[in-house]
Amino acid sequence: MINPIEQLNKAFDNRIRLGIMSALMVNSEINFNELKELMQLTDGNLASHLKTLEDHQYIQVKKGFIGRKTNTRYSITKSGEKQFKQHLAALEKMIRSMQ
Amino acid sequence: MNQSESIETIRDIRRMMERSSRFISLSGLSGVSAGVCALAGAWIAHPYVYGYKEYIIHPEIAIVQAMAEDYSILFNTWLFWIAVGTFFSAFISAFVFTWIKSKKEGIPVWGNASKRVLASVGIPMIVGGIFLFRLLQFGTFGLVAPACLIFYGLGLVNAAKYTLNEIKYLGYTEIILGLISMWFIGYGLYFWAIGFGLMHIVYGIWMWLKYDYKNIHA
Repeated sequence: MINPIEQLNKAFDNRIRLGIMSALMVNSEINFNELKELMQLTDGNLASHLKTLEDHQYIQVKKGFIGRKTNTRYSITKSGEKQFKQHLAALEKMIRSMQ
Repeated sequence: MNQSESIETIRDIRRMMERSSRFISLSGLSGVSAGVCALAGAWIAHPYVYGYKEYIIHPEIAIVQAMAEDYSILFNTWLFWIAVGTFFSAFISAFVFTWIKSKKEGIPVWGNASKRVLASVGIPMIVGGIFLFRLLQFGTFGLVAPACLIFYGLGLVNAAKYTLNEIKYLGYTEIILGLISMWFIGYGLYFWAIGFGLMHIVYGIWMWLKYDYKNIHA
């Protein structure tokens, strides 16, 4: 039997990145400010975690403008969705195996 | 990672999915305040609806407007302005309580979830508004209250999947009241007061007890 711990995704072992992925799973797009309010984080902190997820190509970024303000929107990628589902399945297995 | 950590993680995921997709900071007090505004509106409208007071503001202009089949005759009635006042006071007071709650919970008031709620209530209500406008033009006043209740109820049922689930039952209640009232023409204002006044207050108190009261006294 494969150890389920090995199937857990390292990119998601952080609460903030996990939160971002969860929110993006159920919304086709979320902008930076809304994520900031949802997660209750500072700009810098949120941006660094978004960058990590972007580097893994789990999320994609679209930059736009509303008037003069920048409006950066995030959405989940196919691979991000797949990885997140695998992570959830691994978590589930872990809980089951320990019961 | 041990079992309690995994369970904690899954709880985090669920919480974030809910927070981002459902507008859960709808306050029960919003329902109560909207209901109070509706009852006040119905009370003010009552003598005009049942003929104790003249509902036309400027009768001399109304005759000309009626003959020319001018749409603006609507704006020449006290009832129209009472309706407008009731709608805005209900909407603004409801918004205030929900705004306070969402600030407290750190949920965006103008986020994906709240936009979906507004769009899902808004579409049936705008369609209903146009429908009412035509009803009034044909002088079918008896169907005004039933149509208000039915379209609003459909909007609530539609929006319930993006906010607290109780909204669905409030929606069904409004639809049923609207349907029943179609067979009690002439009592429209009473059904309207029950649907928009009493039911908002009852559901508002229920939701407040269920979601807010518990958190304050936890």
